[in-house]
Order: sequence, then C-alpha cells, then structure tokens
Amino acid sequence: MSALLSIRGLTKAYPGVLANSDIRFEVAAGEIHAILGENGAGKSTLVKTIYGLVTPDHGEMYLDGKAFEPRGPQQARAAGVSMVFQHFSLFEALTVAENIALGMAKPPKAADLGRQIRDIANAYGLSVDPDRLVGELSAGERQRVEITRCLLQNPRILIMDEPTSVLTPQEVQTLFATLRRLSDQGVAILYISHKLDEIRSLCHHATILRSGRVVGACRPAEKTTRQLAEMMIGLELTRPLPRLFTPGEAVMTLRDLTVPAETPFGTTLKRINLSLRTGEVLGIAGVAGNGQDELMRVLSGETRVPRECMIFDGRQMGHRGPTYRRIAGLLSAPEERLGHAAAADMSLADNAFLTGRQRQRLAYRGFLRTTSTTNFARAIITRFDVRTPGTDTPARALSGGNLQKFVIGREILQRPKVLVVNQPTWGVDAHAAATIRTALRDLAANGTGVLIISQDLDELMEIADTFSVLESGTLTAPQRTGSLTIDEIGLMMGGSTQEAPNAVA
Amino acid sequence: MTPSKPVPAYLGEVEKRTKRDPSRTKRGKTQWPQTIVTLTAILALVVFALWGGLNPVLLAASIMVAAMPLLLAALGEMVVEKSGVLNLGVEGMMIIGAIAGFAIAVETGSPLLGLVAAAVAGAALSLIFGVLTQVLLANQVATGLALTLFGLGLSALIGQPYSGIKPPAFPRLNIPFLSDLPVIGPILLNHDLLMYITFALLALTWWFLYRARHGLILRSVGENHDAAHALGYNVIVIRLMAIAFGGACAGLGGAALSLIRVPQWTEGMTAGAGWIALAIVVFGAWRPGRVALGAFLFGGVTVLQLNLQAAGLTPLWLLVLGLLLFAVNSTAKSLAESTPAHTRAMIPLWIATLIMGMIATTYPISIQTQYLSMTPYLCTIVVLVVMSADRLRANLNAPASLGRTFHRTG
Repeated sequence: MSALLSIRGLTKAYPGVLANSDIRFEVAAGEIHAILGENGAGKSTLVKTIYGLVTPDHGEMYLDGKAFEPRGPQQARAAGVSMVFQHFSLFEALTVAENIALGMAKPPKAADLGRQIRDIANAYGLSVDPDRLVGELSAGERQRVEITRCLLQNPRILIMDEPTSVLTPQEVQTLFATLRRLSDQGVAILYISHKLDEIRSLCHHATILRSGRVVGACRPAEKTTRQLAEMMIGLELTRPLPRLFTPGEAVMTLRDLTVPAETPFGTTLKRINLSLRTGEVLGIAGVAGNGQDELMRVLSGETRVPRECMIFDGRQMGHRGPTYRRIAGLLSAPEERLGHAAAADMSLADNAFLTGRQRQRLAYRGFLRTTSTTNFARAIITRFDVRTPGTDTPARALSGGNLQKFVIGREILQRPKVLVVNQPTWGVDAHAAATIRTALRDLAANGTGVLIISQDLDELMEIADTFSVLESGTLTAPQRTGSLTIDEIGLMMGGSTQEAPNAVA
Repeated sequence: MTPSKPVPAYLGEVEKRTKRDPSRTKRGKTQWPQTIVTLTAILALVVFALWGGLNPVLLAASIMVAAMPLLLAALGEMVVEKSGVLNLGVEGMMIIGAIAGFAIAVETGSPLLGLVAAAVAGAALSLIFGVLTQVLLANQVATGLALTLFGLGLSALIGQPYSGIKPPAFPRLNIPFLSDLPVIGPILLNHDLLMYITFALLALTWWFLYRARHGLILRSVGENHDAAHALGYNVIVIRLMAIAFGGACAGLGGAALSLIRVPQWTEGMTAGAGWIALAIVVFGAWRPGRVALGAFLFGGVTVLQLNLQAAGLTPLWLLVLGLLLFAVNSTAKSLAESTPAHTRAMIPLWIATLIMGMIATTYPISIQTQYLSMTPYLCTIVVLVVMSADRLRANLNAPASLGRTFHRTG
C-alpha cells in the first residue's frame, strides 16, 4: 500500500512548550491509525496541523505524494480532510441541518440538504434528524451529527479526536462499526485516544507520542494493554489495591431533591434520593450533561435547595451556602480546575486560603494569617507531590495534573466529613490520576464519606464501593461495585433500567 | 439486583432514551404570553389617549416618528449582540451620528448626505470599539462605557457652533393616492425617507439573519466562537463587520433624532435613547419582530407621557396600568404553562387593578411633570427587571457567547 498521507519532520513550538517535535509517520488509504499519548503529549496540536488550524514551524505533509499545506480548515476540507472534534464544534441553539451547513463550503438548499443528511445517515446507520436543535441532543447524537457533517464531504481522511470520551459503551460499539465500514471503503482514519483497549480492538497501526515526540510505533493488536500503557507513559503503572468496605452511619442524605434547570440546555434534577455513609466511596456515573454539574452545585451549596432536601450530619442543610457547609465538614472540589476550583491568577497560597479559611483558621479577626496559609499550602504540595517552584506560583502556571492534585489535596488535608469531587482525574496524566485515586481511597478508609461524580467508568469500577447512575437528571438506586459488568452499566447510562433495582445493604 | 436485559447495542434503542425532554427546550413555546402583555400595553395606552380627547391617528403617526431612532439603534445592536459582542456604546454612537448628520446636513444643505455622514460616523466610532475589544482583547463592558462617554464629549465639542440652527427639512415622501388613505395614510405612508429605510432595514435584517448563509455564520459566531473558529470562520472579521453595521445603524438613529424628530441640535440630546435601545434588544429577546414591537412600545411611552399630561391623566393611572400588565401576564402564563405561582397571583392582581382603578377615578391627584418625564426610563428598568427574573427564557434566545472575549489560540 502506498501512503495516502505522510508527515515528515513536523515541528511546532509554543512559548515554553515544544508541542510537536520532528513528527513523522504515514497513513495508507483505508487504514485506521491510532495516535496514542497522554494529555499534553501533542496529539491535538498534531491533528490540528493536519486540519489546517495550526501552521507548523517546520516539516512537510504530503497528501497522495503532493505537498499539502492547508492554510485553514476550508482548504483542508477541500483536499478531503475532515475532523470530528473532542469538544464538539457544534452550535447548541441551531438545528442539525444548520450546523451541518456551516461545515460545508457550498451547502445545497435547505430541502436538498435535509434529504442528503437523511440519505447519508441511513447509509451508515447513523440516525440523525436534521430539524432538531443540537442543544436537545445527547452526546452520542451530537457526535453522529459531526460524523454526518464530515461524511457529506466525501472525506479521504477522517480525524477523530478522543471520540469516545463522552459515549456509553454501546454507543462506542456503534461508532466502531461505522468507522470500520468507512475504512473498508478506503477512508483513512486518524484515531486519537488514550484508551488502550479501544485502540487494540479498532486500530491497524499506532504511533505513540510522548512530550511532543514520536516514541514508538506498533501494531496495537499485537501488544498487551500494559505494554501500550508503558510505551505511552514511559514508566510502570501502579493500581490501588481493593480494600474491605465497612460502611458506617449515613452522614449525608438527599431526599426527593428536585431542582429545575437554570439554563435552556441545562438538566432538571428529578426526585433524587441519595445516602452516603461514613467510609463509603460512592461513585456517580453517567454521560456528561445528564445533571452532573447541577448535582455538584447542589452538594457544594452553590445552588440552594429547600432545607429539608439535604441532611448532613443530622442537620438540615439544603438552604446553607458553601461557607456554612465547609465549617460543618462538607467539602467539595468542582470539575473545572481553573476558574471554579482555583482562581487562575492567584498564588497557590491564596488559593489554599480560599477554601481552607474556616477549617484551617487561616484568618483571625478579619486579617490573613499569612504564615499559616503558606504552611498549609506547603503541606499540600509536599503531601501530594505537587510539582511547583513554590507557594507563590500562580495556579495558572501548573499543569493540569499538578493543579488537580493541589485542588483535591487542599480539601483532603482539611479532614472533611464528606468530600464531593467532580471528575477528579479528567485530563490528568496517568501518574497523577493514580495518586489522586489512592488519596481518595485512603481518605475513605479513615472514615470520610467520599462522593465521586465521574464519566470515567473504569475509574469508578476501580475506586468506588457503590455507585449510582445519573441519567437525564434522575439517579438510580446504588449498586455494589463489581456486581454489574461494564455493559450493564452502559445500558443504565443510556437510561434502559426504568425500575429502581433493590439497593444494596 | 435487576438482571440486565439482553438489549442489543443498537442505535435506535439507546438514542430514544438518551433524548432529553424536548418540550422544555422547544423554542417559541412560552413567548405568546409576553406578546399579549405588550399588545395589552399598547391597547391600554390607545384607550387612555382616546379618553383624554387626543387624535389617535396623529398620535400613532408621532409614535412612529418617536420609535424610529430607537428601532434603528436597537436593530443594529441586535445584530452586534447576535455576533456575540456586547457594545454598550450605543448612546455614544447615536449622539455622534446625531451631530455628524446634523452638521453635514446644515453645511451641504442636503439631509440625505447628512444621513450618510451619520452612518459613517457611527460606524467609525464603533470600529474604535471593535479594534479595542476584538483585536486588542479589551474588556467589552468597560470599552462600551468609555465609548459612550467619548461620544458624548466629542459630539458636544463638534456641536458647539450648531446649537439653535434649524436643519434643512427632509422632503416628505408622499405616495399618490396611498398617502391620502384615511387612517393608514397618515400613520404609515406619510413619512420621511428614513422611515422607509428603517422598515427596509428591519425586513432585510430578518432575512439576513434567518434566511441567508452569511446570517447563519454570524449567528454561529455569536453562539460558539470556538466552534466557529474550528470550522474555519474568521471570528474577528465577522464580528468587526457586525460592530460596524451596529454603529452605522446607531448613527442613523441619532440622525433621526437631530434631523427629524426634534429637529435641532442640543448637547446630550439623545438623553438615554441608546440605553433604552439596549433594553429593547433584551426585551425583544434578540428577534427582529419583537425588537420592533419593543421600539414602538417605548416610543409610545415617550410620546404619551407628553400628551397624557395635557390630557389630564393622573399618575395613579400609570399604577393601574402597571398592575393591569402584571395581571394580564399572570393570566396568560397560567393559561400557557399552568405555572402554579402565576395561577395563585392572578386573582389578587386583578382585584388590585380594579381597586387601584377606583382610587384613580375618585382622587384625581396631579403630579409634577418631571415625574411623568421619568416614565420611559422607569419602564426600561421595569422591563429589564422583569425579563431578567425569568433567566431560563431570557437565555434561550440570547447568543451563548455574548460578551465573551474570543482569544485565538494555536
């Protein structure tokens, strides 16, 4: 097979970072080629270069043996390169057809476009209704819209950037079926992911990136997941050991919690009942946008609810704000690291003060106690191995994994009675993720109730004792982890278990 | 433990279930109560006017003239906001348009050239804002406020020699026969050229936003600038063009004030019209038809507060009107959405309206005219408060990227 796309010596530097350095690989027609690497390895920069969004500093790309230098996505699309983005490039307030028209150079008339969308969607088994608003669609449906948009332009190379991070396991299987079909028709697919099992089952070849460089190439089917992982991160992985789970008294209870949506495309929480016991790690699974953010805001106190809806430590606390809850021992770490969990331009010490003020007594009669604050920040940095020059570094300067360790560590060191975390390891490198997971388990072992909201099923299977699924704003009764397979949980995430199963004791 | 059902991993199955509740997000569903409230307000004002012995046809014609500057400015600002930019400098662009139009019309003797100058001046001023916020990434709110202050000051400077002068009059465009039709003729078809331009712009804006591809691109930029950029659209250029259009419209609106509505030049003559235009965009939920409706409502309030004083209307009646609107709003909402809160509030509100009406007929207290002059501004505040109270609906049409700075990376 001759190469359809070949990349030679591609280099791109950003101030302070070498995002891509001398990248070379080739992709043949009909090949599904994995670009494998951790967050920050340079995968996204690489594919954005191919899609014309980033201009490389050095290096050449050849398409069909001819030099390929797209100066924008329009040119790349005209040459037959299409891309499905990780965070979908869709417009929620527009219809599916309008969204698709925006991605085309010369869209046909509305009626023709609708017919074309249906034709191509049916041909590939993707069900897409052109007249619906994208804001009403689930993540899986949105991805089908993006794929349909690409297919309408008869692409020769399709780039998929982390396509499965928001899908249920069943949706992943459907996606793979579509991709294999495209591959049979001769479309080359560049598949970006750090999920090793997926790559092993789907991809023909893999190029492995680390810190912007190609560190290896292989046929993924011939390697074990462990080998791939070690090629990817360059060191060995440790997994926390399973532990005995002996739940204590219920420390936090939600009763019939109903919260109407605040934004047009937000989710309404419907009659949520939940009970968290001391020493328990409760995982809440679900595809993004099913009420996770709303639930998080209720638990942290950002959204006030009727006082009787939430009982913490024997006290009704639904109407209390975050500060009162912190004093009582209910701490939380939201999903968005910069801007929500931490203030980007403030130093780590100041950020430590923001949530540690009450429980760590970092203020005295309205004055800051700077020494205690710095000591507290330094304790977090030492205890959780946060790589940073010092406590004066602004939060913005830390990498995702280091900042996440800091944010989670800041709450853990305050000895909470209950800790609520949302997506604790999202976008965090494998090493930091393992540290955070171990720390959360240790915290629970000391009697804290830990509630983890996460979209990463593997993570929940690994550290949660019990878990529930949040789907369209309703929460299933808790299940003992290990009692269900990933497939069964996937069906729950799609909302197929309507009746509430019996809760575990 | 529920045994798992052997459901195949088949598309349709999963899809049906992951769908969100569609009734919640459907557009336009909850919009008719608001339209009814607006119509009630207009109807009530007409009734007051008749009762006070005013000529409704002449009144309607003068409302049209009063609404024109607001409509022009609001329409332009709506397009700007649809592209995701919040330009609070409407007042400044209007007054620059007012003086530029006035000065050129006086110097050349041609009101048409005055209009062109007003549009160019408004667009030029808005592009200062555009370059600062889009290219240099300045804060939009602060820059917009600065633009208003700058415009007010600059116009006062330029306008120094022009106060007390009468501008050349616009030729009145009388269409044979049609303009002589009773009622419709004087209201709709006996105006200056600018009125017809305004209506043409209104229609054109609607067509552009909802029927043209470039309008779709503009809306997409306002909806999600990162996605638009990823698809290869030049967010900054598109926004600059929208800002220039908004500036030109605001400039025309200013010229409508200084050349037609007043017509003369006084320092600070816009007197908050730009801020009212901003409120109208919110009131109109970023839709051209409703923005026009809002402009006529506010124009109506401005004209009526002058005429109603003469007609001997006491301020208590304004309270009656306010209560009436709240009552109509609750009734319409409880019918449309069966919201329990509205159903509960409905009956007390109607009773209060009646009682207030009786008080108003028994005690004809008069009030200083200054207080009546406040009504347009009070209405603006009330509208903004009421609209902001229902965040869910207000957000549905609002461009999602409104006011957010676009920073190009990579």
